[in-house]
Amino acid sequence: MKHNCDKCNKPATIHLTEIIDGQKIEKHLCQDCAASEGITVKADVPISQLLEDFILQSGAVEETREAVCDVCGMTFTEFREGGLLGCPNDYDAFDKALSPLLERAQEGATQHTGRVPGSASAAQQRQTALLRLRAQLKAAIAREDYEQAAVLRDQVKELEES
Amino acid sequence: MKLSNLIYSGGQWLSDSGPLHDVVVSSRVRLARNLAGMPFFPKCSQEQRAEIQERLRNEILSANIVPEMFYVDLSEASDLHRRFLVERHLISRQHAQGTYPHGVALGPKENVAIMVNEEDHLRVQVLRSGLQLEDAVQEAMRVDNLLEEHIDFAFHSRYGYLTACPTNVGTGLRVSVMLHLPALKMSGEIEKVFRAARDMHLAIRGLFGEGTEATGDFFQISNQTTLGRSEEEIVEEFCSCMLPNIIDYERRAREAILSDKRVFIEDKVGRALAVLKAARLISSEETMYLLSVVRLAVHLNLAEGVTLETVNELFLRTQPAHLQMMLERNLPSEERDQARADYIRKRLQGE
Repeated sequence: MKHNCDKCNKPATIHLTEIIDGQKIEKHLCQDCAASEGITVKADVPISQLLEDFILQSGAVEETREAVCDVCGMTFTEFREGGLLGCPNDYDAFDKALSPLLERAQEGATQHTGRVPGSASAAQQRQTALLRLRAQLKAAIAREDYEQAAVLRDQVKELEES
Repeated sequence: MKLSNLIYSGGQWLSDSGPLHDVVVSSRVRLARNLAGMPFFPKCSQEQRAEIQERLRNEILSANIVPEMFYVDLSEASDLHRRFLVERHLISRQHAQGTYPHGVALGPKENVAIMVNEEDHLRVQVLRSGLQLEDAVQEAMRVDNLLEEHIDFAFHSRYGYLTACPTNVGTGLRVSVMLHLPALKMSGEIEKVFRAARDMHLAIRGLFGEGTEATGDFFQISNQTTLGRSEEEIVEEFCSCMLPNIIDYERRAREAILSDKRVFIEDKVGRALAVLKAARLISSEETMYLLSVVRLAVHLNLAEGVTLETVNELFLRTQPAHLQMMLERNLPSEERDQARADYIRKRLQGE
């Protein structure tokens, strides 16, 4: 069973079962809503544990057990056992199973915003720069730093139009 | 440059005293990179591993990263040399094992160590003494730029730099500091630090990294999140969110010990120095424990005549592989305990 967040309908990554007055109550939350409810998740869980949890929750076993990377021949089951991927293409081959897992392991992040190789296309570099600026803009607004936000907004606009 | 020369010359990151060195022993940055169009290390054939090592060794040595950089082929290195490199924090324990093609490139000052064919094809490590993470990250970026002029690294538009383990994906950047927290350990408050660190998505490990116990009051703290933040943001967050508090707590705990338990701490220091100066046989565990007390004493001005430099040097050179490298032969455990005690007495009494 795949659940969406009870509050905002994004895919849920945190699943709680509480027993209150003998009644079983299940909660499904995304990272952000869980954090706003004061629920923290231990982050130093080994990847194998994360995988197990994920697989138990999502019932993704049937769907992903068969997944094979046609470049290196790695199967998802093999990755589950060893914890290491076989080649760069695995990230695409197992994307469906990996992306919620990464989201959990990486504090909800799903998109790289750091350095980009010099050899990457100009479009790629521009895209990453935009993502980074937008993340900074969001953070500036969250901390009510409107002066900084205005500067960042101009930079986003400038980059988009360039 | 030969590996054995490092015994007496290298280790700038441990012999210098960088910022906040009373609590932060050293800073370390690691960048994980993989060659585009190659399987990750676990799926590489022996031939591919040899090809990767050959290619990376040449690229690293010709990239002018630091003067006099040299490469150690670990599949050909002796057991003693491998253990020496682990004791010196230049390679991981995992990297010291195995007969497949793998190695490490080092500069004579040991500020940069680049592992080839570890869990990822390339792991650039930068070491600094005290708290100098920003500087260390800049240096790692400089090395990355130099290498990238000739090498295409595996990169994904959404996931960034691709790594064999998905927990390193994105920036591939792990930043860590080695902390000396003897006063928090004595006061029993260390558990609070651990809990707070875990809540902040930081990992705590022992002296030699992953899977090792904390010994002699040394703890390594590192970031866990590598995706969704820029390299600069990772460092900034790491340096600002918890580190100042830990340093402050440790310093306050030290002050409290000095003002409330002066006799207790003077007794502890006196005994530690007495044993180190008089013992004829001493194990590495006992040495580590006593040197930790002496390191604290140096910063509390309770160990007259002992310098931080001497303590740091003793930490390094009293380890088993170091002793055997200095004496240029393999020693059974009991002879090591004797050689260690002899060396410590000589250094502390200035014989």
